[in-house]
This record gives sequence, C-alpha cells and structure tokens, in this order.
Amino acid sequence: MPAVTSAKRSGVWSWITTTDHKRIGILYGVTAFIFFLMGGVEALIIRAQLAAPNNTLVDAETYNQLFTMHGTTMVFLAIMPLSAAFFNYMIPLQIGARDVAFPRLNAFSYWVFLFGGLFLSSSFLFGAAPNGGWFGYANLTSRAYSPGLNIDFWVLGLQVLGIASIAAGINFIVTIVNLRAPGMTLMRMPVFTWMSLVTQFIVVTAFPVITVALIFLMFDRFFGTNFYNVAAGGDLLLWQHLFWLFGHPEVYILILPTMGMVSEVLPTFSRKPLFGYAVVVYSGVLIGVMGWGVWSHHMFATGLGPVADSVFSATTMLIAIPTGVKIFNWIATMWGGRLELKTPMLFAIGFIAMFIIGGLSGVMHSSPPSDLQQTDTYFVVAHIHYVLVGGAIMGIMSGIYYWWPKMFGKVLNEGMGKAHWLFMVIGINLSFFPMHFIGLLGMPRRIYTYDTQLGLDTMNLVSTIGAFILGGSFLIFLYNVWWTRKNGLQAGNDPWGGATLEWAVSSPPPEYNFSVTPRVSSRLPLWTANGLNEIPEVPPEPVHVPGGTYWPILTAAGILALAVGAIMHSLWIVLGGAGFMVLCVYRWAFEPFEV
Amino acid sequence: MASLAGSAAALLSGCAGQYPQSTLDPASGFGSQLSDLFGTIFWWAVVVFVVVEAVLVYAVIRYRARPGQEGKPKPVHGHTALEIAWTLAPAVILLFIAVPTISTIFRVDGTPESGALEVEVVGHQWWWEFKYPEYGIITANELHVPVGRPLALSMTSVDVIHSFWVPRLGGKRDVIQGRTTRLALTPDSVGMYLGQCAEFCGESHANMRTRVFVDSEADFDAWVARQLTPAPPVDSLEGLVRQGAEAFTKIRDPANYSCLICHKVEPIAFGAIGPNLTHVGGRTTIAGGTIPNTPEGLRRWLRNPPGEKPGDLPGRSMPKVDLTDEEIEALVAFLQSLN
Repeated sequence: MPAVTSAKRSGVWSWITTTDHKRIGILYGVTAFIFFLMGGVEALIIRAQLAAPNNTLVDAETYNQLFTMHGTTMVFLAIMPLSAAFFNYMIPLQIGARDVAFPRLNAFSYWVFLFGGLFLSSSFLFGAAPNGGWFGYANLTSRAYSPGLNIDFWVLGLQVLGIASIAAGINFIVTIVNLRAPGMTLMRMPVFTWMSLVTQFIVVTAFPVITVALIFLMFDRFFGTNFYNVAAGGDLLLWQHLFWLFGHPEVYILILPTMGMVSEVLPTFSRKPLFGYAVVVYSGVLIGVMGWGVWSHHMFATGLGPVADSVFSATTMLIAIPTGVKIFNWIATMWGGRLELKTPMLFAIGFIAMFIIGGLSGVMHSSPPSDLQQTDTYFVVAHIHYVLVGGAIMGIMSGIYYWWPKMFGKVLNEGMGKAHWLFMVIGINLSFFPMHFIGLLGMPRRIYTYDTQLGLDTMNLVSTIGAFILGGSFLIFLYNVWWTRKNGLQAGNDPWGGATLEWAVSSPPPEYNFSVTPRVSSRLPLWTANGLNEIPEVPPEPVHVPGGTYWPILTAAGILALAVGAIMHSLWIVLGGAGFMVLCVYRWAFEPFEV
Repeated sequence: MASLAGSAAALLSGCAGQYPQSTLDPASGFGSQLSDLFGTIFWWAVVVFVVVEAVLVYAVIRYRARPGQEGKPKPVHGHTALEIAWTLAPAVILLFIAVPTISTIFRVDGTPESGALEVEVVGHQWWWEFKYPEYGIITANELHVPVGRPLALSMTSVDVIHSFWVPRLGGKRDVIQGRTTRLALTPDSVGMYLGQCAEFCGESHANMRTRVFVDSEADFDAWVARQLTPAPPVDSLEGLVRQGAEAFTKIRDPANYSCLICHKVEPIAFGAIGPNLTHVGGRTTIAGGTIPNTPEGLRRWLRNPPGEKPGDLPGRSMPKVDLTDEEIEALVAFLQSLN
C-alpha cells in the first residue's frame, strides 16, 4: 500500500514549501557548499596577493574585505550550515523519527540562513563588503572609524544568521530529546547525534551572547549609543569579552559535529564498534562545557594581568585532555580492526592526523607568554586552518562521502574520491604548514603587503601553491558529483555495512523515513542480532506526511526586510518588514493541521 | 616531514639572521624568556606529535583490510585502564608545560625595573608616536633606546586598537584607547630591530611599521642631544632649504592642506595631529616606516601620500596636496635638513 502523501514531490514550488527534513538538509548542503566555494575563491585571491612581496594584485581595501568575508563566510555560511545539512538529514534517521520536532521551524531556519547569507554576500555588489575582520574588534567597527556600509552589512547579516542558528538549535534539542525511537536510550544514540546535541546546546547558549554584542554595536552605529565609545566611558575590551565568550564555544560548534561524523565513519570501516563509546560521549560533553571557560585566551596580548592569564591558560590546557582522549579512542577503534580504506575512512584518518597538529599548536597558544609571540601572526592562521580545514572540512568531507549514497542513492566514485583526498592532504600541508614558520619569523596576519626584507618570500609562495592545490582538489569533487549522477553505482540500503538506523532504510529514504516505528535494543542495531525490528519495504498501513507550507519562507522574508530597511535607513521598510513578519507568524500559527 | 622538523630545529637554534622579525632570535631578556618557554612547549609537542602520528600510521598499515581475511574483528568496546592511562598521560605532560608557563607569566607581566627608561607609546592610524618624559622628546616611528638599560613602555591609542610588536625584543602588547598597557624589557645587543603593528587597525594596517634602534650609551646620548636642539629659525635659512621652510609654513586652501596644521617643527610649526618632524632628517624612514627617508622617497611621498599609504581618515591622514615640483624639491631639502 503506498504512503499517503499530500504534497507533490517535484518542482521548484515543492522545494520552496517543503518541510521534509531530508530536503531541507539537501538545501542546506547545496547552499552552504556554494558559499564554501565563494569563501574558497576569496582565500585564493588572498593567497595570490601574498604570493610575492609588495604585490599589487588587489589594493588594501579590497584585501581587507576579502579576508573579512573569507573568515565570516567560512564560519557562518559554510562550515556551520554544512554541519546543519547533516543534522537535518541524518538526525531524524539516526534516532528513528519521522521528521524533526518542528518541521516548519526547520524550513524557517533554512530560509533565514539563506537570506542572511545572501544579504551579507550582496555587500560585494555595492563594493562595501565587511572589512573589519571576522571578529570585528571595537572600536574599529564604530561609525567614527568605519563610516561606510561595510560594517552595517556585517552587524545586520550576523544577527539574521543568528536567528536561523538559534531556531535550528532549539528544534534539534527538542527532536533529539523527545523523538527517539522506542529503545533508543541516550546512551544508545549514535555519536554523531550525541555530538550534534552538545553542539545545539552550545548554539542556543552562545549565540545570544554575540547577539547582545551585535545589538550594542548596531545601537552605537545607528542610534549613537556609546557601548564601545571610550570618550563616553565605554571599554573596548567589552566587545572582546562578549565576542570570544561566543567565539570560543563557536569553535566547538564547528568541530564537534565533525568529531561525531568521524566517530560514525571509523567503526563502520574498521568493522569494529567505537572504542570507549561512553568516554567519547562524555569527553564531547565535557568539551562543550569547558569551552565556556577559556575565552580570554584570545586576549592574552591585551594585558589582562598575570592572574587572569594564568587561570585562562590552565583552563585552556585542561580542554586538551578530553580532546586528546577522543583521539586516543579513535585510534583504539582502528586498532585490531579490519580497515577498509575507502574514501570516507581516508578523510576520517586525515581528520585525525591534521587535527593532532592543530591541537598541538593550540596547546602552544594556551601558554600566554608563548602566545605573545604567536597571536595575531601567521602562526595562529596556521593553527585555525589545521583545526578548521584539516579538522572540520576534512571531517565534513568524510561525512559527505559516507552519507552521499544514503542521500542520493549512488556511491561517489572511489578513484576520484581518493584523488580528492590526496590532493587535499597535500594542499593543506603545503599551504598551512609553512604558515607556522611565517608567523614565528614575524609576519602578522591581515597585512595585504609585506616587504622582501622579512625573508619570507619563498615560504609565502609555497603556501600559495599549496592553497591552489587545495582549491583544485575540490574541482575533482565537483566532477565526481557530476560523474556519479549518471554513472555512480547503486547504493542499496547499506553500501558500507553501517550499524546505525539510517542504513536500515532505502537510499534515498522514503518521505516518511520508516515504514513502521523502529524498536531498538542495541547501540549498534544493525550489527546486533535482533537489534532492530523488521522494517518492511512498504508501509503496512498508510502513513500521513504533512504537505508543504509557504509561511516559513514568507516569515523569513519579513526578517530580511528588517535588515534591508535598516541598512537603507528606511523606517518604513523596517516597520513593513516587522508587520509582515508578525502577520506571517500569525498565519503560520493558525495554519490548518491538514493541508 | 623530516626536512620540516630539521628546519624547525635550525630555526629554534637561532640561525635566523636573515629574518629580522624572527621571534626565535631574541635580543632582550623578555624575548629570551618567551622563546625559551616556546622551545620547551615545542619539544613536548614534537614528542606527542611523533608518537601519536606514528601510532596512527602504524594502526592504518598494520590493520588495513587484506584480501582473503575471514571472520570479523574482535568487537572490543573499551578498556577502563587504558582510558584512565590516556587521560592521565596528557595531564602529566601539561603539568610540565603549565609550571614554567605560570612562572614565566609572573616574570614578564610588564612591571618595570627600577631605573628603567620610561617611554610612552601612542598608537595612531597608522603610525607610532614615542614620548620620552625624562628628556621631553617626542618622535615618531623610530624608537632609540640605550643598550643594557631597562626599558618601560606604557602604551595607549588615540583611535582604534593597535598592537606594539618588535619580535626580537619580545612579545606584543595591545595598545588600546582608554587603557594603558605596559611592556618591560631590557635590550641586550646594539642593533636595529624591525617591528610592526600586530592588531588589525584599518586600511593601512600593513603599513604601520616601526624600527627600534638599540644604541650604545654614547650613541644614545648623542641622539638625545640632537633631539633637544630646536630647528633653526626660518630667517637664518638660505636657498632651497629656506624656500622649503616657507612652503612648509604656507597657509593653503583648504587650511588642512597646510603642513603646519598637522605637523610640528619646533620652533616654526606646532601641529599635533601628525608626526613631530622637528628632527625628521635623522630618521631612516618616513610614512609609518614604509618608505626610506631619501630625497627620492620624500618626493614619492609628497606627490601622493594616499597612494603610498592607502586609507582616507578625514582630518587625520595626509591628503594629496597639489604641490608644484619646485615646492616638492624645496620641501625635500628642508625636511632633509631637519636633523
């Protein structure tokens, strides 16, 4: 008997009105990947400018816009939403749910993210992309020192994006806590879902902090308040404390989901359960909690005094322990296994290998006196890129190759996947390893030009070559996607022999996910005899799937109008957007249950 | 990887002469303490790196799937003793890093030694101002200090946040409007040390450089004496230099195109927005330490300051003034004479 579905499953309209977590996941993934490519092109222009001393490829202002947008784009528009793509697609499947708890709110999150990203990126069209660095230190961002639209785009765009993140965070917390299949206790949850849960708690607690900081800045810029005005009694370190109180947990928002992905991939391809499941879970929770106590290590050069420096140094060193424990458990998972070195596994191993380097340079920064020679130099640039490219992006690529067959029914080509991996590993190390030395030898970050007398010409050129190899590796991936559409091998339900619930359904899964409610009696239901009840191919009785709705996208459009009105200094557009948003929320609330 | 480790060792051992902004070639006690501590942490990191990566690579090679294997690997779920061991191991290593870290923190907290030479550092977009209250000297971008005497820098900014960093003399410290931050160090060898602003401070952040000259006692005293001599009055000047002084003091339209509105040349001009030029002829660079202080460099700068140092700060950055070639030559001669 076919499932009863009331929405048409094709056409642009069906995507605009969709509330299906799988479709929203794909929308997140595609959108974020396009932003990722934009951020990558920005990085390549930056590296091209730095390929030679005193280069004049771009001017100072353009360069400053490029590095600001590179950082902002990669953090807020690429890595976070790439993880969100997997939250959306995989969490309901991994916990045996029909959908997320609030499907319409989920659609709303995506549209707000898309509009926020477009708003931020549209600044390039006006020649006014943000230019204050991705952490936008006050008072450089005040109207007095940045009179243009650049910082307006930044302060408004980030607030819009924050709405999307917080709404999604609440949605996934409720989903994971309430919608787990019978038998799936918390300690039977897949580690990816666990790490996502921790991440969402960080999101809903950290984003309000940056929202406060951004609202202060917006009020300073638009209404002449004095939060960051020293002459009126403001203290510039207020911004830094607020920003990093958000900013350091944000690092874990970026890395914890990928730690979860790797924790799924390693057992599958080692043919062995995750070593120390409980320890891996608890260390992830611990990282999430401890991440709140280390923010001032970004501020050692501001002169907080020896006591504060010592405390934040100690907390920062402590956080290395649960991180190290995770790495040891991953290696122990492989130990004694039978490692199938398929592409997702290679990316997971690459993640561990690169993340070790990023972690160790992080320990160097945890020592304030040592950090005084490293902060704001290329050494820090090396560190963040080992963590976020070698770590987060490698982990996300592992997840993409792992779950692609589940999402699209076809396995990405192995040969091209391995080539992508190889060039990415070479590119990362050639690009970012020399940056450690470039920094130690005295090159600050965020300079559009440097003199040949620093002696760093060759190392910078090598780094640039590495960046282009890294960028080029993604052309292989894009071609692989194109090639696989026509020529990829059919995946079947479980191409890798995975242990978790998403592999119990067809690829791609039906709209209703599970034909009957799954009943789980094991942490590894597909690897355990009687770990899961029979999930028939065809639902035994009709399944109701709700139809689409256009109120989420319209509500999101109202929020976009608020930002557009603010940047145009048009009170009428702001009021119109607010009114429209309220109307849409009202209509949304009273939307008939059955469509 | 081996060659990288080799070059790391070479760098740490100090053969960094061709790198004038190296943090690994310290020329002050402060810098040495930081690089020694970094060395300790670095070698611990190398040990951890080698051991963990080696185990990882070994596991990948040793346990890779081979054709013809049968049965499943043993499903090990964990091992409590191992978990405890590899929680304690990093904790112990971190202790070896934390103890020297915290003792160094308290030794380099910026408290000046007694008898230190006090210098006030003021950050501007995009140049450094140095004031010596002890001597009543105000200069820009190039700091002269005597070798062996403790130096106490107290720093603030008149605009955005900057960071004062001369890597070979020690770590950086942010320079923040509304706050006074401190650095204390004792330079231990005569020489010229390059530095530059380390906190992004706007469009020409890359062009905010500095030079510290650590002079012998005698050279420093001579430098101080020169700085305390005012420029000769215009009436006493002759020829091109005199024309330059007149061009410098001419009131232009708009008024902020006049040199003297922003710059000080005692006793003929008293502007306070831009660098004090009373002894500019004695400096090796101009324009935030980016252009050599030669007649050609000065000509380049005077023709188009925003072209050399991008960034428009209304009322604060040097505008492009349509000077005639004669005026430029005269100004070059005048500025070169100010020593």
